[in-house]
Amino acid sequence: MKKNKNEKTDTNSVGVVETKFIVFAGPGEEFKCESGDTLGLITLAYETYGALNRDKTNAILVLHALSGDAHAAGVHAGQDDTGWWDEMIGPGKAFDTNRYFIICSNVIGGCKGSTGPSSVNPATGKPYALEFPFITVADMVNAQRHLVDHFGIDTLLCVAGGSMGGMQVLQWVASYPERVKSAIPIATTLKHSPQQIAFNEVIRQSIMADPAWREGNYYEYGQPEKGLSVARMIGHITFMSDQSMEEKFSRRLKNDKFSFGFDADFEVEGYLRYRGANFVKRFDANSYLYITKAIDYFDLSGAGLIPQGKTVSTRFLIISFKSDWLYPPYQSQEIVRLLKRRHVDATYCELTSTYGHDAFLIEVEEQTTLIRHFLDKTFNGYQVRGHDRIR
Amino acid sequence: MIESDNISLDHRVIYSIVEEGSRVLDLGCGKGELLYPLVRDKHVRAQGIELDDKAIQECVKKGLSVFHDDIENSLPEFPDRSFDYVILNQSMQQVKKVDDVIQESLRIGNKVIVGFPNFAYIKSRFMLFFRGRAPITGSLPYLWFDTPNVRFLSITDFKNFCEEKKIRIVEAHFLGENDVVRFFPNLFALNAVFVLKNG
Repeated sequence: MKKNKNEKTDTNSVGVVETKFIVFAGPGEEFKCESGDTLGLITLAYETYGALNRDKTNAILVLHALSGDAHAAGVHAGQDDTGWWDEMIGPGKAFDTNRYFIICSNVIGGCKGSTGPSSVNPATGKPYALEFPFITVADMVNAQRHLVDHFGIDTLLCVAGGSMGGMQVLQWVASYPERVKSAIPIATTLKHSPQQIAFNEVIRQSIMADPAWREGNYYEYGQPEKGLSVARMIGHITFMSDQSMEEKFSRRLKNDKFSFGFDADFEVEGYLRYRGANFVKRFDANSYLYITKAIDYFDLSGAGLIPQGKTVSTRFLIISFKSDWLYPPYQSQEIVRLLKRRHVDATYCELTSTYGHDAFLIEVEEQTTLIRHFLDKTFNGYQVRGHDRIR
Repeated sequence: MIESDNISLDHRVIYSIVEEGSRVLDLGCGKGELLYPLVRDKHVRAQGIELDDKAIQECVKKGLSVFHDDIENSLPEFPDRSFDYVILNQSMQQVKKVDDVIQESLRIGNKVIVGFPNFAYIKSRFMLFFRGRAPITGSLPYLWFDTPNVRFLSITDFKNFCEEKKIRIVEAHFLGENDVVRFFPNLFALNAVFVLKNG
């Protein structure tokens, strides 16, 4: 879904960028996880686009989905692949780098440059594997707080993200309400539903059922490729909609006739196999286990997001997509209902799209309109708006 | 001050009713034509409810906060007295459970501003009586088969409704094509704007 876009984005790309790292939680300052376990010496990967203003009031933290990374926009030197939200971040785009300083942070527990189960455990000199502590979305956000502190930023103009990125957005408000001026949770939920947990459990079981997983100690031998690729295939089914699959594949065959065997006859089979095989090259199986568990634990319903009788001054823009059945609009509406009860200033828009959960990466135009103006109001209020006046 | 040329008469009347700095909920806020000048000039804390996603985009362009929802579903979660004004302008006639919506609005708002087209307007009466046709007027411009309206009422009907439900009418404004109507409003007014309060 991220093909054919280079030609379009060249003119307003952030250009060549690089992933950077901060290191914290050294000896004596270990990171305390929600589980009670501690984690020492943490590396967190991030990228930034645009410039931080002198007052440090224009910083926006962008957070990625389950298998994403810190590379949200632009290109890395010598490579063609643009970041995962390149169409949304750049000069004149939804997250306008001419005006705002955008930070995209990776998550702990992952495998994209930040400390996770595939990192070397300083205590043993070997990869953590299952020695890695169980992490939660609150732990991810706590780690990101170190990054925001590193920049000396007191209050973030906005925290934004889709899917698991949206959970981190909500967690930011729950953990540090006074540091978040506005929040844009997209295609996400206050809590994982039993159906979402069930999908993740099947995903985990398919990894753990692969003998090559070796109770997590596969690093000397290579990834549990079969299990991990099946896990990812399940994921990809949930990212699309019935309609988008019909449009993309229908019942088209890869070759003209049935093989009467178990080869990939249908284009949809080929697509899933391709996606699964690709994923094995870029994502660590144990990270997939840990992160799916973290989002299954996620639950900010009830008093979790904002305690009863309290409110926050954070403004919200909540976006969902009609055809998204992985994080359906009713879950975003639950966020809205909670914000109403807490007197929070919020906007909710359910966008029409056939792309299912993937829509948050694809439906650029309407999201851009909503996000750009929402940020403009948050940043400038009404006083300095010179344009768009009612006549 | 609000410029008169581009703002409809009912909006001008409601604009003048709403007090500076108050909290306002606009049910069926459209593109924010009413909320925007209120926020800009009177610094109200505004929240809109709107079903049309294109209209929501227009609201967000104006910097307004809007919930994508229909009016009937949108009210129960708001705590009592969340707003100084709940506005139900030109949207009440499109609501099925009018009674519920007004009662809920009175619960969550200190005052409720209701604006609606008067079905007993003289031209409607003529059209129905002499021509035997479903009325089409400036405030009821729709053909019978594609109207969003599901309720048709007169000013007198609404007054009776308020009396029966023990709803207090604090203010009443009757609007003609260009100006306020002072005599026989149920006959000469195109639109009415009522300010209501509980008990």
